[in-house]
Amino acid sequence: MQLNLTINGERREDDVDPRMLLVHYLRDVAGLTGTHVGCETSICGACTVHLDGRAVKSCTVLAMQALGAEVITIEGLARGPAMHPLQQGFWEEHGLQCGFCTPGMIMTAADLLARNANPTDGEIREALEGNLCRCTGYQHIVNAIQYAAKKLREQKAA
Amino acid sequence: MAVIPKFVGERIKRREDPRLVTGAATYVDDLRLPGMLCAMVLRSPHAHAKIISLELEKARALKGVVAVFSGADLKNKIGSVPCVAPADHVPFHPVLAQGKVRFIGEGVAVVVAVAPYLAQDALDLIEVDYDPLEAVIDPEKALEPGAPILHEEFGTNSVTLASVPNPAVEDAMRKADKIIKFRIYNQRLAPVPMEPRGTVAKWDAGYRQLTVWSSTQIPHLLRSQLAEQLKLGENKLRVIAPEVGGGFGAKLNVYAEEALVAYLAMALNRPVKWIERRRENMSGTTHGRDQIAYLEVAAHKDGTVTAVKARFVCDMGAYLQLLTPAIPGFSGLMMTGCYKIPALAFEQQMVFTNKMATDAYRGAGRPEAAYIAERMMDMVAGEFGLDPVEVRRKNFFAKESFPVATAGGLTYDSGDYDRALNKALEMIDYPKARAEQAEARKHGRYVGIGIASYVEICGIGPSSLLPPKLKGGGWESSTVRIEPDCKVTVLTGVSPHGQGQETTFAQLVADAFGIDIDDVNVVHGDTAIVQYGIGTFGSRGTTVGGPALMLSVGKLQDKMRKIASTMMEAPPDQLVFSNRTVALKSDPSKSIALQQVVDAAYGYKQPIPGLEPGLDATSFYEPTNCTFPFGSHVAVVEVDPETGVTKFLRYVAVDDCGKILSPLLVEGQIHGGIAQGIAQALYEEVVYDENGQLITATLMDYAVPKANMLPHYELASTVTPSPVNPLGVKGVGEAGTIGSTPCVVNAVLDALAPLGIRHLDMPLKPEKVWRAIRDARAKG
Amino acid sequence: MYPSAFDYHRAASVKDALRMLSEYGEDGKLLAGGHSLIPIMKLRLAQPAHLIDLSGVRELAEIRDESGKIVVGAMATHRAVESSALVRAKLGLLAQCAAMIGDIQVRNRGTIGGSIAHADPAADYPAAVLALEGEITIEGAAGRRVVKAADFFLDLMTTAVRPGEIVTQLAFAPIPPGRGFAYLKHRQPASGFATVGVAAVIAIAKNATCESARVGITGLGPKPFRAKAVESALAGNPPAQATAAAAARAADGIDALADIHASAEFRAELARVYTRRALEAAMARAAV
Repeated sequence: MQLNLTINGERREDDVDPRMLLVHYLRDVAGLTGTHVGCETSICGACTVHLDGRAVKSCTVLAMQALGAEVITIEGLARGPAMHPLQQGFWEEHGLQCGFCTPGMIMTAADLLARNANPTDGEIREALEGNLCRCTGYQHIVNAIQYAAKKLREQKAA
Repeated sequence: MAVIPKFVGERIKRREDPRLVTGAATYVDDLRLPGMLCAMVLRSPHAHAKIISLELEKARALKGVVAVFSGADLKNKIGSVPCVAPADHVPFHPVLAQGKVRFIGEGVAVVVAVAPYLAQDALDLIEVDYDPLEAVIDPEKALEPGAPILHEEFGTNSVTLASVPNPAVEDAMRKADKIIKFRIYNQRLAPVPMEPRGTVAKWDAGYRQLTVWSSTQIPHLLRSQLAEQLKLGENKLRVIAPEVGGGFGAKLNVYAEEALVAYLAMALNRPVKWIERRRENMSGTTHGRDQIAYLEVAAHKDGTVTAVKARFVCDMGAYLQLLTPAIPGFSGLMMTGCYKIPALAFEQQMVFTNKMATDAYRGAGRPEAAYIAERMMDMVAGEFGLDPVEVRRKNFFAKESFPVATAGGLTYDSGDYDRALNKALEMIDYPKARAEQAEARKHGRYVGIGIASYVEICGIGPSSLLPPKLKGGGWESSTVRIEPDCKVTVLTGVSPHGQGQETTFAQLVADAFGIDIDDVNVVHGDTAIVQYGIGTFGSRGTTVGGPALMLSVGKLQDKMRKIASTMMEAPPDQLVFSNRTVALKSDPSKSIALQQVVDAAYGYKQPIPGLEPGLDATSFYEPTNCTFPFGSHVAVVEVDPETGVTKFLRYVAVDDCGKILSPLLVEGQIHGGIAQGIAQALYEEVVYDENGQLITATLMDYAVPKANMLPHYELASTVTPSPVNPLGVKGVGEAGTIGSTPCVVNAVLDALAPLGIRHLDMPLKPEKVWRAIRDARAKG
Repeated sequence: MYPSAFDYHRAASVKDALRMLSEYGEDGKLLAGGHSLIPIMKLRLAQPAHLIDLSGVRELAEIRDESGKIVVGAMATHRAVESSALVRAKLGLLAQCAAMIGDIQVRNRGTIGGSIAHADPAADYPAAVLALEGEITIEGAAGRRVVKAADFFLDLMTTAVRPGEIVTQLAFAPIPPGRGFAYLKHRQPASGFATVGVAAVIAIAKNATCESARVGITGLGPKPFRAKAVESALAGNPPAQATAAAAARAADGIDALADIHASAEFRAELARVYTRRALEAAMARAAV
């Protein structure tokens, strides 16, 4: 079927099998392999991308459901050569080890910060309900998101 | 010119991260090769069954399907999936089942298709006629007469019975005030790295060379084993571990799919990719633990423990993976923990059951040991009404006694157990915490304080400790190459997959040569580039790989000093590396640029007659002993008696991993370790039903903890350098896991102590705790 | 991870969807947010030949005040419900419940209609929909009918929706000012679903007795239900004294589910404990 959409600001048009999941479309058709597949049951969140500005698990969305939509993946989050504050935060605060969950973590955190610019640590932990990390024990991830929240607040104030 | 700072010991941002946070890293599933096919494995839905027939033709006929093979089709084409650890009974382990399946998830056929959706369609068209057999799931029942036998050729489900007797134990038991007996169970766990396994293989028919990309912790060891399975020369087989998304021991292995995919690529002369799905990962990637122990402890009224005796029953699963029967040994040898218990004896019965094989999982044998030791200390305290802190202090090895021989025959390198415990108690304010607990109890609240002092064994180690069939010892390797432009390439035999040695090793090298960290590039995980190495497991990356690196660094420093000494007319031993120069130690203003020395080494005119040109050194480091990191964790929890839910009030960890090279990374390792240890204490268990069906087959049922299920960790460290290696490091990858499991269990049981509850098996899920409370109250 | 093949259709209107449903019969399946259906399609536990996507039917996603009733379109996402100013002001319990479903990503896609039509016994929404006495509009070839929440959930994953019908909206009377409400759940640690979830709405009379209580319970049995025994034990009594005894009846007559996370016995106990806690939380918010 004909699928038109925008990915990371770029318009695309592809002929896709209707059963193809968005995550497979992004990885195998669009070649954006920063979005990962970590489970089969919509639990781990490694496949999280933004669909029309909101974090979704791209393993639980058909590519066709993104018809006409704007998709942002980890590759397009920064919109420029400099890293997005969340990417900087994960780097600064050692918010990752193996890195496999990281793109999904960052995309979910971006959704959180869009709604709540000044979250508590507890609110961050709740917001990460849909993202599993096996390496970090989460504390550095919480710190990373706080780092980004602060940076984004400063950017907004400036 | 800006002064180049020192990097070792500083809070350095990881050099791995920019590619990982931007989605630019390449994991196995991210590989795209021209003409690549997708392999998918049909798996057994039965725990134990005969395969009567397989109908493959419909699958073969599907458009887009290139090939379909059954186990029978591959008979005698691929060698056994290897187990290198010694055991009485090591069965042949086919890459696809031949005639019989022995666990849920065992591969029975493989489909190769042009796309994964089609491969799945083809799998659905395969019909298998099974004759189900009775399954045996409980390892103790598996030893009973009349139990179904997994491998008929052995006539028993016993894998091996290992025995470490000691007559002194019986003597100590006779003299003890009390013999405390208990049964303890380390439940079966799934390692669940966030990246499942995956393998891509490409056969170059012209060069007759095979390249295998695999999500592994041990690229070289994998190459050796694959070469044997496939009858290829190791010089014609290249294994690459690309970005690896976590391992935790589960990827310290050689799996059926690795040889299978390699074989398919050769047979079809097309690149083939196989990516494990999470359900396959839950059923067909090695599990950890699953160890029952019956303990007898000789204890005295003052808290002194004089002997421990244990009988273990260890569930190996249906086949033996790479190190399956080697894991329990560590539990036996280490179960006296931090304590000068003079006598130890144990016996380990290892058993086949209709489940996935167990093998290394974060800690590999030592979490079981620490759990036994630390439950034991609390049991002794409870028995005689002593404070668990005092019982530990009473039995600790004194810091003056190191290096010290243990009852298990090991030599602990260095330690100061009192100091770590005291620091943790200070942080938690132990007297205040106990007072608050007493107050809470008055109000009917169940607050508990748990303590665990652990010691573990890392940096393995002397080669004699590893099985000869592994084709690699306990050593590690490095190459350091200073390139003509003064940039440094490091090739390390370890294979980090989250641990951060690209950063740690760059710190060490930068400081050693007085250059910037950005001038160092650390390469790993490619057997065609890197000299033979052993890999990353057992907290050995920095502990063994670090000293190996420093050997090569030292060789180059010597050579460069020699060259510089002729250029500067100064004795080599008076020269130091600093700020991209070689300088006179006594007068740093007298220096020459490092680049000049490098130019000389590579130049057409050799500065010293007879000196080899170039700056390239390779070294192999064999440790003389393992290292023994230690620490103390303290948790304060509150149990909700109505729901059995455990809530953390505080979590304090003081770990001693010797010298700390990268504090930020050490913190990260400890955090992650604590999380996995808490997971065992409270949340996770692999559940098979009595027929061998895997109930926890997805992450909908296997409870990997989420951010809101874990506490905020308060960390501190003590530093007791290891005398074993020149860096003084001890290893930190598993420490958190080993300390936190007993700490949390002790805390929950301390909360329940007023009810007379003495022990509960992990995981301490709400229902189990609620039932224990209810039953205890009913008893009055 | 790889659904079997199907034909994908986008419905332009409810009428359009109904036509396709009747055309494809048992081979057709409605796709709302997809967060119940796609997971089982990925495991090939569902293999519909035709998928009818409702996401193009814009009016189904609306949340509006319709002459005093709050109407929530079936395609309203959990995110839309939890963040709707109208819902938060007039149906606080529903917003609270929506915010506790799954995780951010699930709430961004999952829909209220999809959730109740799927009728997973561990879903959160049904508890609140029952306690709020929601009315569910179902459309079919024969026209439109309205089913009360209490009559909607029939059995394990079975509702009053017949083949060929579509849930189009839910309507609720606003929670009158002064009433207290709460939704509490015991989370299944892996899936995040409700091992037990309890929604309560309570009104306190001027004489400090309980004027009325409505309690919806999910997770406990094969279908979510109104805990009438609890409600009647409370009504007319002073809540401080009556709550514990009332909550003790939360599992009366229910054939509780069991799994590795909670046996039937433990689930029943959780239902009692969470009912008491939900009632207490509701009362703490209620004004006399």
